[in-house]
Amino acid sequence: MSHGKLIVSLSPHVSSPDHVRRIMLDVVLALLPAALWSVYLFGFQAVRVIFVSVAACVICEYCIQRFLLKVPSSVDDGAAVVTGLLLAFNLPSNIPNWMIVVGGFVAIAIAKMTFGGIGNNPFNPALVGRVFMLISFPVAMTSWPVPLANRGQMIDAVTAATPLSIAKEGLKNGIASDQLMASLPNYWDLLIGQRGGCLGEVSVLLLSLGGLYLLYRKVIQLEIPLAVISSVFIFSGILWMVNPQTNMSPLFHILTGGIFLGAIFMATDMVTSPMTPAGMIIFGIAIGILTVVIRVFGAYPEGMSFAILIMNAFVPLIDRFTKPQKYGKLKHG
Amino acid sequence: MQKKFRIKTFPAGGVHVDECKFSAQRPIESLPLPGVVTTPVLQHFGAAATPIVKAGDRVKTGQVIAQANGFLSVNIHATIAGTVARIDEAMDVSGYKRPVIVINADGEDWVEGVDLSRTLKRKVELSSVEIIKKVQQDGLVGLGGAGFPVHVKLSPVAGKRADVLLINGAECEPYLTCDHRLMVEKGPEILVGVVILMKALNVSRAVIGIEWNKQDAIAHLSALASDFDGIDVVALKACYPQGAEKQLIEALIGKQVPIGGLPIDAGCVVQNIATAFAVYESIQKNKPLVERIVTVAGEDLKKPSNFRVRLGTSMAALIEAAGGLPESTGKIISGGPMMGKALNMLDIPVIKTTSGILVMPQERSKRDPVVNCIRCARCVKHCPLGLEPYLLMNLAEKERFEDAENEVVMNCCECGTCAYVCPAKRPLLDYIRLAKTFITQRRKEKAVK
Repeated sequence: MSHGKLIVSLSPHVSSPDHVRRIMLDVVLALLPAALWSVYLFGFQAVRVIFVSVAACVICEYCIQRFLLKVPSSVDDGAAVVTGLLLAFNLPSNIPNWMIVVGGFVAIAIAKMTFGGIGNNPFNPALVGRVFMLISFPVAMTSWPVPLANRGQMIDAVTAATPLSIAKEGLKNGIASDQLMASLPNYWDLLIGQRGGCLGEVSVLLLSLGGLYLLYRKVIQLEIPLAVISSVFIFSGILWMVNPQTNMSPLFHILTGGIFLGAIFMATDMVTSPMTPAGMIIFGIAIGILTVVIRVFGAYPEGMSFAILIMNAFVPLIDRFTKPQKYGKLKHG
Repeated sequence: MQKKFRIKTFPAGGVHVDECKFSAQRPIESLPLPGVVTTPVLQHFGAAATPIVKAGDRVKTGQVIAQANGFLSVNIHATIAGTVARIDEAMDVSGYKRPVIVINADGEDWVEGVDLSRTLKRKVELSSVEIIKKVQQDGLVGLGGAGFPVHVKLSPVAGKRADVLLINGAECEPYLTCDHRLMVEKGPEILVGVVILMKALNVSRAVIGIEWNKQDAIAHLSALASDFDGIDVVALKACYPQGAEKQLIEALIGKQVPIGGLPIDAGCVVQNIATAFAVYESIQKNKPLVERIVTVAGEDLKKPSNFRVRLGTSMAALIEAAGGLPESTGKIISGGPMMGKALNMLDIPVIKTTSGILVMPQERSKRDPVVNCIRCARCVKHCPLGLEPYLLMNLAEKERFEDAENEVVMNCCECGTCAYVCPAKRPLLDYIRLAKTFITQRRKEKAVK
């Protein structure tokens, strides 16, 4: 008895139901609450920025694969959608469309496809796009529409500085931090996201909700977010304890800017983060320290993007020195 | 009151694979005697046995037809009475032609002195040395999959001593239920088998590890074990590869086997549940290894079953008895889905190490398309041996085998967990095997020089 069409392959003959597209879908789902919140805060402008950014990234990847590399396109894996979403999350809501397209192009074409596409990029593409825009269009990238106030507005939105830049300016001009806090949103408002800033970074609560979903789905591990947030808290706390008048409180540091967005969604990017728990903790702590250093001593009020990009460069080195414990080398006999 | 169990497991890696134990509640059935048996002379790890019969000879069930060729070899027996038709070659599960002895069966005529009754015989009369000699004569090998001769594991090694005997009842491969059924149905015999193995090894302690998804077997064996001195039953977490030798040892006694070492280096010897049963039959009943339990399972199979099968029976007969080959069949696997071998034909004999036959439907038979590695680190996190499969694959692809050797690729047990968890569906294990094959080859060449 023989059977003509039996498939022969090597073991294992089963594979887990998880695949790359499912992982990307999970990230999109996890970003959804914060995206909806941004629409609530910034109205139609938020929808516009997200749409243009995602479209720019997806079209850019598709065109490069189909017309330049002449290979089947892999945009259906959803990675370009995630990059587009994350880029949009890192932009103010009144940014002009053409600038978003430039950012999307840099993210996909330069930061991702030149290295060989998904999996091969050493730096987080969305952050490369954002930092390129921050340096190229400093004014547009740092004017922040006031939340809720002008949701219907297409242009001429009323803008105001973010809590972080108010704090930075204030401290530079010698105003004590407790005085500054009186004029800034309180911690509760910072937690739920009643403040100005980039589209997706404002609601710490909703970003954490997305983070919990990713933890549940095992897309991310706790090590990186925990290391980043606690390292920012501890190092800004040390500075604050040394001189509470000239430094903002650690709670203010972790609730403002892009700490939660960066810690949960950007630093945990699989492609550009270390492989082992020990490596992830080193990576996260270093990002936290760099962020505080840039915020306190640097020229920019926020340092999250730079900190993550700098540490992305160290990932191969970290992986080399934090190998998993091999079986059979530890205890025996 | 049911006894409370503390569930143990190995510390690093592993993954819970969908269990699919369709035949767990199917009692063991004896398959009707085959008309022809095809008996390979190599069914174990080691040297092939030497045939001592020729075409036309009459043989009885249980008669030696091929003799052990040296220490790392065991006898092969006629699994049925009849006439030797020819000494030939036939395909094995790996797709290679191997020497076989074909017997045309004509009945159930056992050799003298075999006790076929069901009475339990508890008292062990043979001495340690006699037991070790007898299991080689009776053709006993590890029935879990590797087929390592039992007497070799039992023989003392100079300067090394086992303190404890470990019995592997984990059965962590999905679908397979043959060991499970044996534990439920042949508990007392298995425990006497364990006592015999303890006597042969001269140890006073034995631990039986069983995955928590077989609670009936755990309850049954631990109740019986209270009657025996020094035998403990331990519940293990249902986590693949709990039944891999190194993982089982660490889960049960907390020791690791050094790289390149054997379980004896961790002070233990591991035997499978089915092996313990076969040892009982050999020592107490004088019955050589002529049959084993084989699980036949699959999503679309009409009657997933556990069969008691004469070795040398064609796998086609087992599938027929389980309701026939379903229309949807895309792949047939000898063994479990994680480590088993895919077959390109059905007419392959059941041998001592055949634990199961899986019939996979078409839609589960093909591999998913491979995409780029996204460095998700799941292979690293789940590798039970602390290796970095993504790195080993990269090194093998670039033919940097020396670097792969430095990354301890040879310690890989090929459990397949890395390839199972990979979301990019990369053939990690294929490339690791490539590196291992190349390194083994080169070591052999060096040894020759």
